[in-house]
Amino acid sequence: MTDAISIAAKRSAPRNQWWDVWDQFKTHKGALVGLAVFFSILALIIIGPWIWTQDPGFVNLRARNQGFSAAHPLGTDQLGRDMLARIMAGGKVSISVGLTAMLLSITLGTLIGVLAGYFKRLENLLMRGTDLFLALPLLPLLLLMVTLFRDPLSRSFGPETGIFILIVTAIGATSWMQSARIVRGSVLALKEAEFVLAARSIGTPPRRMITRHILPNVMSPIMVSATLGIASAIITESALSFLGLGFPPDFPTWGRLLFDAVDAMQLYPARVILPGVMISLTVLSVNYIGDGLRDALDPRIRGR
Amino acid sequence: MKLKTALLGAVATLAFAPAAFAERGTDGEVKIIYWQAVSTLNPYLSSGTKDVEAASLVIEPLAGFNEKGEVIARLVTEVPTVENGGVSADLTSITWRIKPGLLWSDGTPVTANDAVFTANYCMDPAGGCAQLARYEGIKTVEALDDLTVKITYNEPRPNPYTAFVGATSPLLQAAQFANCMGAAASSCTDQNFAPIGTGPFRVTEFRTNDVVQMEANPNYRDPAKPAFATVTVKGGGEAAAAARAVMETGEYDYAWNTQISPEVQGQMEAGGKGEFIYAFGTLVERIEMNMTDPSPSLPEGERATVAHPHPILSDIRVRRALSMAIDRDLLVEIGYGAAGRATCNLVPAPEMFASDNTDCLVQDVEGAKALLEEAGWKVGADGVREKDGMRLKLLYQTSVNAVRQDFQSIIKQWWNDIGVEVELKAIDGSVYFGGDAGSPDTFQKFYADVEMYANNFDGTDPEPYLAQYTCDKAPSPATQWQGENVNRYCDPAYDALVVELGRTGEISKRAELARRMNDMLTKDTMTIVPLVDRGRLSARSLSLGGVVLNTWDSELWNVSDWYRVK
Repeated sequence: MTDAISIAAKRSAPRNQWWDVWDQFKTHKGALVGLAVFFSILALIIIGPWIWTQDPGFVNLRARNQGFSAAHPLGTDQLGRDMLARIMAGGKVSISVGLTAMLLSITLGTLIGVLAGYFKRLENLLMRGTDLFLALPLLPLLLLMVTLFRDPLSRSFGPETGIFILIVTAIGATSWMQSARIVRGSVLALKEAEFVLAARSIGTPPRRMITRHILPNVMSPIMVSATLGIASAIITESALSFLGLGFPPDFPTWGRLLFDAVDAMQLYPARVILPGVMISLTVLSVNYIGDGLRDALDPRIRGR
Repeated sequence: MKLKTALLGAVATLAFAPAAFAERGTDGEVKIIYWQAVSTLNPYLSSGTKDVEAASLVIEPLAGFNEKGEVIARLVTEVPTVENGGVSADLTSITWRIKPGLLWSDGTPVTANDAVFTANYCMDPAGGCAQLARYEGIKTVEALDDLTVKITYNEPRPNPYTAFVGATSPLLQAAQFANCMGAAASSCTDQNFAPIGTGPFRVTEFRTNDVVQMEANPNYRDPAKPAFATVTVKGGGEAAAAARAVMETGEYDYAWNTQISPEVQGQMEAGGKGEFIYAFGTLVERIEMNMTDPSPSLPEGERATVAHPHPILSDIRVRRALSMAIDRDLLVEIGYGAAGRATCNLVPAPEMFASDNTDCLVQDVEGAKALLEEAGWKVGADGVREKDGMRLKLLYQTSVNAVRQDFQSIIKQWWNDIGVEVELKAIDGSVYFGGDAGSPDTFQKFYADVEMYANNFDGTDPEPYLAQYTCDKAPSPATQWQGENVNRYCDPAYDALVVELGRTGEISKRAELARRMNDMLTKDTMTIVPLVDRGRLSARSLSLGGVVLNTWDSELWNVSDWYRVK
């Protein structure tokens, strides 16, 4: 009997480690719900426009400020534009800005954090650079970037793509500092860990050391700051749009929908609540996914 | 017996109440909210409307404007004109006669020397006077006797009602401000925060950027006025909150400049505690057409200059078609409600200066399409018109403002309907109106095909305003991109009319010239496409009587006539 089991175990093909990660991830209820919500939001903004084909920019002055109806499931705004179409179009922009800016800022932050933590010679230079960026006033910097680069970028890539690149770069380039600091701290602690010393004693070169031993172990703080990063990128984008530094005014984003609706908040609360709920749902679900991923990626927690 | 006396007393009080009605200080307190808080009570040191208007409760000019834009006497016996000899026949001097027996709130007499002092105070080059424009072109201000002031101008002045007229150039007391000339002006805190005046009220407490308390001036020239014993002018908050304080909660009697969306206006009026009052001045929201080519492919220094005429908008048929596609009444309904009205005029008021130009008020989409066809713009494959391989595409810029962005979206759709592709751009107001020659986004630089903003003129005479559209006032690299003729409109015939207007003194002739110039800029050339005449919107409590909204002078111009409705 015992033999049969041990033989069966030996026969099963070697499992990919990502299955272990998935198994662990599945045990985290919140993460699963988050994943489901995030995918439904993605489905809404990607597949939605194929089903609900109204133009989000179409002004219908005869149908202003309408409530929920069959023709407009989420009502219309002050110019009679369909809210459902606008939410979908806005989500596409907001989520792509959020994800791309987050990727950029995490890449930058991790790179600088790891380099500063691992190589003593670079630490002073890199961390003072980080301090410098932290001390820079964000808004004037963004203003300057927009003034300098908006025209050349929109000329070469068209107004929308140009602004997208500009905004993503602007947000990414001004939000990597927190993650760089966190990563550097974790790397400093890891560097003295016994397994790292052991690896070094057998002559592992720094490149391998970082990719095999350091990076997987600083994954959790990176994940956490990544999920927070998406949220703040979406919010920063809306603030920029509000100041007229973001996308062209006829280009809906969740942030802009929110700000546009604030004036008539008392009369039409739904218009504030809808984009607000979408932003919160996205941020929350991404946070939960990040939480689950962190647990799943940590071999010490995994299997417990 | 005692009860009987008491009752008799009560009856007597009631009987005398109506008589007491017309006495000074019988109506208690009036509370006014300016959501931009008052920071000084000396209008010569601040161009902020809130400061000028709060100060108008305390200090007064020699003459002011009424709600129709006519000059009315305040501290003088009559308004000087050429007919009554007050203005010299050659239009170079004006003589004001101060009412005899007039007292400052501290009891000393008002003399011509106070006026001379005020003019010198503002014209002192070291002082940085905010209202210098009202004293421009003055050669001398002299006191002919105790009550007569004579102003002599450098050259003939068809409109001499600038110095000492309107809330922006009130009389200061020479004795109080004697030590505040020139560079010392802004350090005279006591004087600037509590000027002694001739107005219906005097300051009792001033807290910068917060609240001003005033009480009735015991030496006010009309012994029966003001009806209110005290005034509180509170500052802070924003327009909607200020309107709410009058319309819904009733905490305040009067709220200044409550520009809020028409829907919210309607909702607040349902509160039943107050009403919105509005009056129209000269503020016109308009679309400006760029007559020069703003294309980024041109080298900096030549871009958007007269060297390169606009490839699309140089054709008047395109400009006219763009105007015809717009339904102005709908814009008013969506953006301003009661506080706006559709207009085709750059100079919508005063009445005598307003042209009878109303052709643009009817939207004509088919006509616009026909006009574009005629101009050679044929509809291409994707619905956008083309001509000689060029697409009919316009960049439409304005400042960041909820109403303007709504207008942009609506107008974009109308223009799309007639086959024009539109790209929208919204710029932060401080950059757009900032005038920085280094920024590509200022409204003067106009690196776009069409742009939208609002502008008005000070006072009642449109001459300086219309004179902005001469050829030499076009912003260009040579002028550091300063200049008011942002369209780069240039017509020698128009320039000649500007010169003629400067020489004409007779008011009806001036009005006729002004109307002609207005028509040249609007319906004849479509250089400027006016959209909405924006009024001033304020809120008053239903229990506050006597309020007459005035767009030509301080909103509080007749506060001495305000009373409590009983």
